[in-house]
Amino acid sequence: MFYREAGDFKVSYKDDSQTFPIAFDRFRYYAVIAVAFLIIPFVINDYWANAVFVPFLIYAIAAIGLNILTGYCGQVSLGTGGFMACGAYACYKLMTAFPDVNIMIHVLISGGITAAVVTLFGLPSLRIKGFYLAVATLAAQFFLIWLFNKVSWFYNYSASGQINAPDRFVAGVQVTGPETEAWAKYLICLVFVVGCAWLARNLTRGSVGRKWMAIRDMDIAAEIIGVNPLTTKLSAFAISGFFVGISGALFFAVYLGSAEAGDSFGITKSFLVLFMIIIGGLGSIFGSFAGAAFMVLLPVLLKNVLVGGLGWDTALAAHLEFVIVGGLIVFFLIVEPHGLARLWLLTKEKLRLWPFPH
Amino acid sequence: MLDQTDSYVTADGRTIGGVMMEMKNITLRFGGVVAIKDISFDIREGEIRAIIGPNGAGKSSMLNVISGFYRPQEGEVWFRGKPRPQMKPYQVAQQGIARTFQNIALFEGMTVLDNVMTGRLNHMKTGMLGQALWWGKAEREESENREAVERIIDFLEIQSIRKTPVGRLPYGLKKRVELARALAAEPKLLLLDEPMAGMNVEEKEDMSRFILDVNDEFGTTIALIEHDMGVVMDLSDRVVVMDYGKKIGDGTPDEVRSNQQVIDAYLGVSHD
Repeated sequence: MFYREAGDFKVSYKDDSQTFPIAFDRFRYYAVIAVAFLIIPFVINDYWANAVFVPFLIYAIAAIGLNILTGYCGQVSLGTGGFMACGAYACYKLMTAFPDVNIMIHVLISGGITAAVVTLFGLPSLRIKGFYLAVATLAAQFFLIWLFNKVSWFYNYSASGQINAPDRFVAGVQVTGPETEAWAKYLICLVFVVGCAWLARNLTRGSVGRKWMAIRDMDIAAEIIGVNPLTTKLSAFAISGFFVGISGALFFAVYLGSAEAGDSFGITKSFLVLFMIIIGGLGSIFGSFAGAAFMVLLPVLLKNVLVGGLGWDTALAAHLEFVIVGGLIVFFLIVEPHGLARLWLLTKEKLRLWPFPH
Repeated sequence: MLDQTDSYVTADGRTIGGVMMEMKNITLRFGGVVAIKDISFDIREGEIRAIIGPNGAGKSSMLNVISGFYRPQEGEVWFRGKPRPQMKPYQVAQQGIARTFQNIALFEGMTVLDNVMTGRLNHMKTGMLGQALWWGKAEREESENREAVERIIDFLEIQSIRKTPVGRLPYGLKKRVELARALAAEPKLLLLDEPMAGMNVEEKEDMSRFILDVNDEFGTTIALIEHDMGVVMDLSDRVVVMDYGKKIGDGTPDEVRSNQQVIDAYLGVSHD
């Protein structure tokens, strides 16, 4: 019904390999983009921005980054928190050292710096695989957090050990600092999300993405068809680091405003992003968004239902929230181990024929 | 006896060229086990060369030496008149040597189309940045290579499954997809490790037809390992016979068939 493919013929390979081959899908995607850019900025308020949209968008970038590394290239990483911290501190140092440069450029450079750091920590992946690599990246997590706490140059020798985002403007609109308007925060994150998702999609549908997936599925066979494992794995680490670095920079500069490495970018952050891509779907850009939405929205929703709707005690609700979120994660993984992205695909398959399946 | 560069025409009208690849006194040891013992043979341009022998004779090891997985302790591999330096498997692939595996080595998580497209990786030159932006060149290159891949998909008659994930396919089709992936690279030399293992008669006939067509239409040189004697004798121009890591026979199917050592190795001989 909704996904009518009859009459939708592809006459060139370009048409056939586009991101949304079904017309209905394509128009819905344009509609989502239009709503995100043209409607939400005018109706958004502080609560929605800080509780829902800004964290969702920022985590979506981090999830895309980790999904490229883990979902597409098959290299497990538990260092996402540390790598986000790397982006955050790079952004802070750049913002304070070059106050006149546009913050957007700082965020991009932070991504680049993080890419270099992550590539360095990716070197062991050439020798070790699977769980052992996960432990190696865990070491990266702890090392980076220790480094940012220990070396006071990173936080400009401030007494509190925290980093604080100074006020910065893009085209005359304040985007960082305490007085930032909700819509400005939202919009700058949205721009980066759309850019990152577009880049990630392009990379994963071409030969680079195929190299990554080849390494993921069977590295020996990948080598025999001419994939250089060294450069391919390191490129996945670099690209992943670029996205994770951007998300870390935005997380600090736009969302938190002030941060401390251990509190804001600890090991829990690594696991959070890992959960996002597992629940959302490994090896899927849409899955990164779905997982980020699930992990950000679910606690907010539960809180509203339990405290707002049922009138429970806040402390009780907060604890129950953990139980319910945990239970739901287990439930989801049993019912659909390939994540929300697979669930979405199956729904689409069903909708192709619904409501007249015969 | 033919010279290095001599060419000749076979009974069925194909031209076999000079020596493409030559193995010179290859010895491969794993600790105390000698897998290949001082073996020399050559593969000529355009021919179908079979390597046969009982289990454990060292056939797959030989293929692994050619494709760079194993490094022989002694001997040299000559490719197109030059000794080949020690290479990693991906460098060998870049030289134009493709192969299939005894146990299928496909990328299970990807569709048939993506699997075959991976075979084209060495033909795709757009850099990381170009692809990230999906600029004109990246898109054009993708379409061009897709066209080449579609030709191979047509050739091997797997059109109907091109968007199916490989993990869902039956064994016989997987073997065909693996051949498609190897062919997509447009190799000069194609190594097939037991392309017909575990197939029924019909599937074997199909596969034999594809192998002959590949050789005939694309002029690809093929070296294959196979256990089905009927298939080997029908397909190949020349046969190398190995037993316990040694070469016991080399020549046309008829010569090999009448070689006493080969008969002994296959049928057994009384040791008295």
